[in-house]
Amino acid sequence: MTFPEMYSSAIPFYAVVVSLIAMPLILLSSRHATLREFWTLAASIVKFSLVFLLLPGALAGRIAGFTFWEISPGIALALQADPFGVFFALIASGLWILTSVYSIGYVRGLKEHKQTRYFASFAVCLSATIGIAFSANLLTFVFFYEILTIATYPLVIHKETKTAVAAGRKYLVYTLTAGILLIAATAWTYRIAGTLDFRAGGLFGDASFSPAAITGLFLLFLGGVGVKAAVMPLHSWLPAAMAAPTPVSALLHAVAVVKSGVFGVVRVVGFVFGPALMRQFDLNIFLATVAGATIILASLLAFRQDNLKHRLAYSTVGHLSYIVLGAALISPASLVGGLLHIANHATMKITLFFCAGAIYVRHHKEKISELNGIGRVMPWTMGAFTLASIGLAGIPPVNGFISKWQLGLGSLQAGELLPLAVLVLSGILNAGYFAPIIFRAFLKTPTVPYEQGEASSAMVIPLVITAVLSLLLGLDPDLFFHFHRLAVAVSGSILGGIIQ
Amino acid sequence: MVHNSPALVPLLFLAAAISIPLLAIRNEKVAYPVTMVASFGSVVISSYNILLVLRTGPLTYHFGGWFPPIGIEYVLDPLSSFVALVVNVIAFFVLWHASGIQEREIPGKSVPYYALAMLFLCGANGIIVTGDLFNLYVFLEIFSLAGYGLIGIGERQAPVASFRYLIMGTVGASFYLLGIGFLYIVTGSLNMADVRNILPHIPGNPAVAAALSLIFLGMGIKMAIFPLHGWLPDAYTYAPSTSSALIAPIGTKIAAYVLIRILFFVFGVELVSRSLPITDLIAWLSAIGILYGSVMAMAQNEMKRMLAYSSVAQIGYIGLGIGLANPLGYIGAVLHILNHAFMKGSLFLVAANLRKKTGRSDIANLDVSLRKKLPWSMAAFTVAALSMIGLPPTAGFFSKWYLALGAIDRGEWGFLAVILVSSLLNAVYFFRILEKVYLLPPPQTTGEDPLPEARTGWGFPVGEENYSLMIPVVIVSFSLLLIGLGNANIVKEVIQRVIPLGM
Repeated sequence: MTFPEMYSSAIPFYAVVVSLIAMPLILLSSRHATLREFWTLAASIVKFSLVFLLLPGALAGRIAGFTFWEISPGIALALQADPFGVFFALIASGLWILTSVYSIGYVRGLKEHKQTRYFASFAVCLSATIGIAFSANLLTFVFFYEILTIATYPLVIHKETKTAVAAGRKYLVYTLTAGILLIAATAWTYRIAGTLDFRAGGLFGDASFSPAAITGLFLLFLGGVGVKAAVMPLHSWLPAAMAAPTPVSALLHAVAVVKSGVFGVVRVVGFVFGPALMRQFDLNIFLATVAGATIILASLLAFRQDNLKHRLAYSTVGHLSYIVLGAALISPASLVGGLLHIANHATMKITLFFCAGAIYVRHHKEKISELNGIGRVMPWTMGAFTLASIGLAGIPPVNGFISKWQLGLGSLQAGELLPLAVLVLSGILNAGYFAPIIFRAFLKTPTVPYEQGEASSAMVIPLVITAVLSLLLGLDPDLFFHFHRLAVAVSGSILGGIIQ
Repeated sequence: MVHNSPALVPLLFLAAAISIPLLAIRNEKVAYPVTMVASFGSVVISSYNILLVLRTGPLTYHFGGWFPPIGIEYVLDPLSSFVALVVNVIAFFVLWHASGIQEREIPGKSVPYYALAMLFLCGANGIIVTGDLFNLYVFLEIFSLAGYGLIGIGERQAPVASFRYLIMGTVGASFYLLGIGFLYIVTGSLNMADVRNILPHIPGNPAVAAALSLIFLGMGIKMAIFPLHGWLPDAYTYAPSTSSALIAPIGTKIAAYVLIRILFFVFGVELVSRSLPITDLIAWLSAIGILYGSVMAMAQNEMKRMLAYSSVAQIGYIGLGIGLANPLGYIGAVLHILNHAFMKGSLFLVAANLRKKTGRSDIANLDVSLRKKLPWSMAAFTVAALSMIGLPPTAGFFSKWYLALGAIDRGEWGFLAVILVSSLLNAVYFFRILEKVYLLPPPQTTGEDPLPEARTGWGFPVGEENYSLMIPVVIVSFSLLLIGLGNANIVKEVIQRVIPLGM
């Protein structure tokens, strides 16, 4: 493996702040809906373009870095666009464009209140997410991680109903607790290692540990990033947070926020502890056990949900742990599979949430039991839904199959059969809880005839795009964004040159 | 370097305090401009001082030309010039704000208020710059007496609260006086630097231990360190809002500064943390105080009272930093003097605006209409609250960060847990308010507004009362973001310059 070459560039910085700049513009245009939406769209397109500019460098092993200034003596607020960061930033910023279009359709369709606050918070969330992706050290990561926590809160309580406020409280209790655990872990790491810079393969170097200390530190980290990654038993904020408007659930609670959590897990495993320490103290076995249990339990819980968004939320909990499992197995293919699943789950799950939102806006239906025959009036929406469900069950040719295949391969590489069994079982369970929805939508006759058809094109076009994207990424995982190449590069850097 | 600038600020405030009542005999309106000129002058001089100190090293001034240890010496080192700047800047914003609020809070008493405020600041600055233990006592009395007056001019219960504070405060000051008496007996000197040099030569002297305990006890009362905080909640609650906004950010911090100065720079780190480990006691008391103050704050129904209990907790942070007695804890403590001054300053100013607007500051009465009436104040409150919770990039995060590093450095996991758990407790009582202000719909209006004050600002395009009530609040609270982002500079350029020897 060639050592990556660092160069100084302000592009990561611009990519982070562009939506932060958009926030005051959105606030100022609170009286002009079109202008406000224009700022959101413009920021999302600029943001994605900036991230995309960093892609060739990341593929060629040239890492763009940007250092603000020291925020604690010896620790700078610093960004770097390493392959892993670019990978995550591409997904988050790319899907933000589609979500923005979709949001406009959604809030207009429902005549939502407080749209200014909604779009402004959304913009801050995206800044924080890209900040998390590009963080060059743990303190910067904590910084953006906490900003994301706070910026998401107004979106969770957006509806301002009792349920929403209760969900907001639950969300804060979980995420703020996670935040302090992460701060403790970061401070402790700094005392031990003397540095907080992420380094592929681990940042502790030759520091010596007692097993108790390293287990304690790992648990603190897991508590810190595990809440956003919705690892059981830290997951219950996520179903509650479904009280938020559907575009929020789609982008933040299927992509940005929860993926920041799993991104953090991978950073901790691969760039803080490193494979050697993980294996030496059996931390990988612990993590894999937690992830495996989460995958199965969440899938089982998903069966019991009649509310469509809640079923999707439990499905998200399960699929996030696919990624955690991939990180825990620490074999070349499992890492590639886990990383690819960050992208693949994102495109599939966002499609499903978009569908749920389209149904809600047009027909005001939230429960699965009310969806008899809806596929006949919403063929595009339910078609996309079907495609994404197939993908999540891991059936080719949709992209979910690719990541699951790699994960299975990785578990064999690690010499373990149990994770493979978990994956297979989870695939069956996924099929089990999605099939009834599709069956109802297309084959049952509606109890009351539907009066409306498809949602507005601002909503249908994004969800068709994400569904098609899921399919295309399933046919060629390296398509356009080079997710596969990036994932292989990250996996290779973590494992120190053992590239397959 | 000998220079006369250390003496300028206390003298400036003294002159203002004396001249305000005289000038105001004819016209009460001159009190405010004189106050503002003096306060602005103090900001300019302290900024100049800190720049000079950072460039050329500590400044000293010998009163009356008498050389220490006989004469009284004023010393500005990076620590004292830093604390002086913090105090004068926050006082400037609070006094700026006072012009708009004093009619409601202290009708007809503006001249005594401004004169007492000047005296209060004279005392505070004197305590900060003096290098003489007895002179410190004199300024402490000036400072405290002015403080009792500032509290006593408030509501009906205020004189009682003030009297209670007076008794406690006088006990504290007497303990301090006794303490320096003991020190004088064994060392024969009152000059801080001189005592510092003599003390190592008299190890194991019980009089030194007695002096240390008495001074800690005295300053502990003034600082309101748990369990010596009993005077604080009533005093802050019943004081006029404009006084509590002045006293809350400054009062207890001055005592904390004295404690830092005397423990680490007179007795020395070796003595207070190893021979007579009083810092461990401080750390434990502070840790309990942090939890106690936070829990009590959660239970309060009135905003100022909640903020007062929150102050008890926040003083605990400073105390914990002192008690850790290592460089990171020290950095955390000194940085928190700055951070807490700005946070509590802006929170009390918001409480004052709230009282002016709605006539009261009960938490139960808050609802979403406030966001319309006081949009900027509520935004300022939000930023300050996030900083109290300790979320980046606000200043409060970094206090916690250094204190957490300090606790880990010592291997004190219990303290680490206290620091972090307290931020959750802060989140509980601040989000309780934020939730109401941003989410709770107002009760159905019956057509008649029960609060006459609520109507006055209704015609304004921005509901805020006027600019002098809004701008200082916004500046103070939003500068928390700047302090947070720039804290490494403060730490490196100022605080780390004077890490006490032996840490």
